[in-house]
Amino acid sequence: MNKTPWWASESFWRKVAVWITGGMLVILIFLTFDTVKKITAGSSRVPAYSVINKRIYYRFNPERGFMEPVIGDDAPLFGKMLSEEEAEKLVSLGKMTIQAKNCMNCHTLLGNGAYYAPDLTKAWLDQGWGAESVRENMMVSFLMDPKTNGRGYGTMRRMPNLGITEEEAHGIVAFLKWMSSIDTNGFPNNFKTIPQEGDQ
Amino acid sequence: MSLLKFDYSSLTPGKKLAVKYFIVAIILFGAQLLFGLIAGAQYLVPGLFYNKLDFNVVRMVHINAMVIWMLYGFIGSVYWLIEDEAQTELVGYKLGNLAFWIFTLAVAVVVVVYLFIQIGPGNQTSLWLINEGREYIEAPRWADIGIVVCVLIFFYNVAATFMKGRWTGIAGVLVLDLVALAGLYLAGMFYTPNISVDQYWWWWVIHLWVEATWEVLVGCIMAWSLMQVLGTPRKIVQTWLYIEVALMFGSGILGLGHHYFWIGTPEYWLTIGGFFSALEPVPLVAMVVHAVYDAGKHDFKNRNHPAMAWLIAHAFGNFFGAGVWGFMHTLPQINLYTHGTQWSASHGHLAFFGAYASINIAMWYIAVQKLRGDVPFDSRLPHAWRWKSALALLNIGVLGMTMALLISGYEQSFIERAIEGSTWAGYFKAQTAKWFMQGMWWRQVFGYATALGYVLLVWDLMTIGKDVPQSVIEADRKERLHGQKTRG
Repeated sequence: MNKTPWWASESFWRKVAVWITGGMLVILIFLTFDTVKKITAGSSRVPAYSVINKRIYYRFNPERGFMEPVIGDDAPLFGKMLSEEEAEKLVSLGKMTIQAKNCMNCHTLLGNGAYYAPDLTKAWLDQGWGAESVRENMMVSFLMDPKTNGRGYGTMRRMPNLGITEEEAHGIVAFLKWMSSIDTNGFPNNFKTIPQEGDQ
Repeated sequence: MSLLKFDYSSLTPGKKLAVKYFIVAIILFGAQLLFGLIAGAQYLVPGLFYNKLDFNVVRMVHINAMVIWMLYGFIGSVYWLIEDEAQTELVGYKLGNLAFWIFTLAVAVVVVVYLFIQIGPGNQTSLWLINEGREYIEAPRWADIGIVVCVLIFFYNVAATFMKGRWTGIAGVLVLDLVALAGLYLAGMFYTPNISVDQYWWWWVIHLWVEATWEVLVGCIMAWSLMQVLGTPRKIVQTWLYIEVALMFGSGILGLGHHYFWIGTPEYWLTIGGFFSALEPVPLVAMVVHAVYDAGKHDFKNRNHPAMAWLIAHAFGNFFGAGVWGFMHTLPQINLYTHGTQWSASHGHLAFFGAYASINIAMWYIAVQKLRGDVPFDSRLPHAWRWKSALALLNIGVLGMTMALLISGYEQSFIERAIEGSTWAGYFKAQTAKWFMQGMWWRQVFGYATALGYVLLVWDLMTIGKDVPQSVIEADRKERLHGQKTRG
């Protein structure tokens, strides 16, 4: 008799497939509830949008073994303290502009996107902006006229003119500042930040 | 079409619909390669089409054309096999045909808008009408809705046809997989300013499509193809299919966690994502074993050599591209440095080609054999150098691009990430590094090889089997009539 053993039978593996798929889905749904709660704006990992009123550092935490954002003193963006509602509106304008201008098909955000231009996760903290005092305005003028103000560091790559308005540029800067405050488990590693007031 | 001497009259409604999907898939495959070549050239000549057709537009068309042609290929493949599998005629040909034209028209409009309008102001109107700006699912919201409607019509056609005819193991897996495929797309159809929440759900679409539901879908196509091309018994392919589903969903659903390392999501994803994504190659090994074992058991004897060759290319391509290349940088300890570099591009090229392009091409050869009146595509096939050269050029081209991008990726990870700490200056330092640029040049060279392979492939698909001598057709008919083993 050439009888198929139970462990090689079609019906056994059908049941295994159904139970494993179902089980994994249940675990994923459970984890999703927990994760979404922990990444809602205003949580410890993803700060409220009004964090753009504060100074943001990126420092090594020896206990966790990697770098993490640290929220500092007041440092209002464009010199104006915003309410939570106003901050969300401005950050949202920035996010929507980033989507409408298709930034993600050159840049990466949180490491996701295309690889033709630098990662924007910690762009707010980048040394390339020179000094804290001129950073905001440099970013705005760069965004509005990249052809004139952009730098390709010798690659000849230039950001195109995307017709970004001043209001949209303010939104993008707000979004980038807020994004730099997200706890990304140490990504990017070893990032060297712009000197800011309060740095040792 | 009479010029090409294809035999459409003998086709059943499902197969007629399938051919339409295949034709659009082949055209979009060409568009993908064209825009890939332009994007590659923009790394070498950064001023190319500056402020006219910038990299972000070119790259978006490159990846969107790929996603859409593969979807067309899958839909076509399912329409091709469904009537054989269900042993009944397709339930809703007219509805399916209508969906095809709506889908195709929508794709055409989206491409025109991508190319000529490109971007809009930062408001909802832009996201609804021009571009949603989220990698891979850039299609504006109106098109999203259209895609969901067309996929639902497709789903209805598949489920209703199986319910009317024969319900098989392949049918069960396929129908449930299509529910997941359509449902998951909805997870990408919303706006939020919170980028962590945005990317959390975005990965549900991208990962759970590409690394779970698409894999299972090609598992179904592979199962059917092995029965078709090699004559493997149903019991064997269906048992394998269930094993693959168990392993694929068992590792792939929580393997989603490897995208949740760095987007703001909690630290436990480092462990979960690392562990389960490390298991993701396992089902792909199973697929290789399955395909090669079945082929070997039948002494590789079959009547469609090009299809068989592409099925084997699929098994290995899937394993190396999705499995090995994915595993190489999936653990968080490595991914911290490779995430968002040319490593991902290297993996992406081999995985999409190996896992999905190859099996679609196999299905095109299965279809074209039927269109030629079921003549044998075996060792007696005239002009066989064409399909062999296309196979070689496409595989060598993509493998070459993969290796070149990997070298660039190594350079980028070392210089930008490990040494320079991912600053903008560090990014550009890596981009100008000698070995990084060498990789980019070689990628372009192999890109041209791939494109040449595509041209040969199209030429071959249009002409293959046209000149099979009558004596061979007669001999093949007799061989089959007497149940003799088909030729090797």
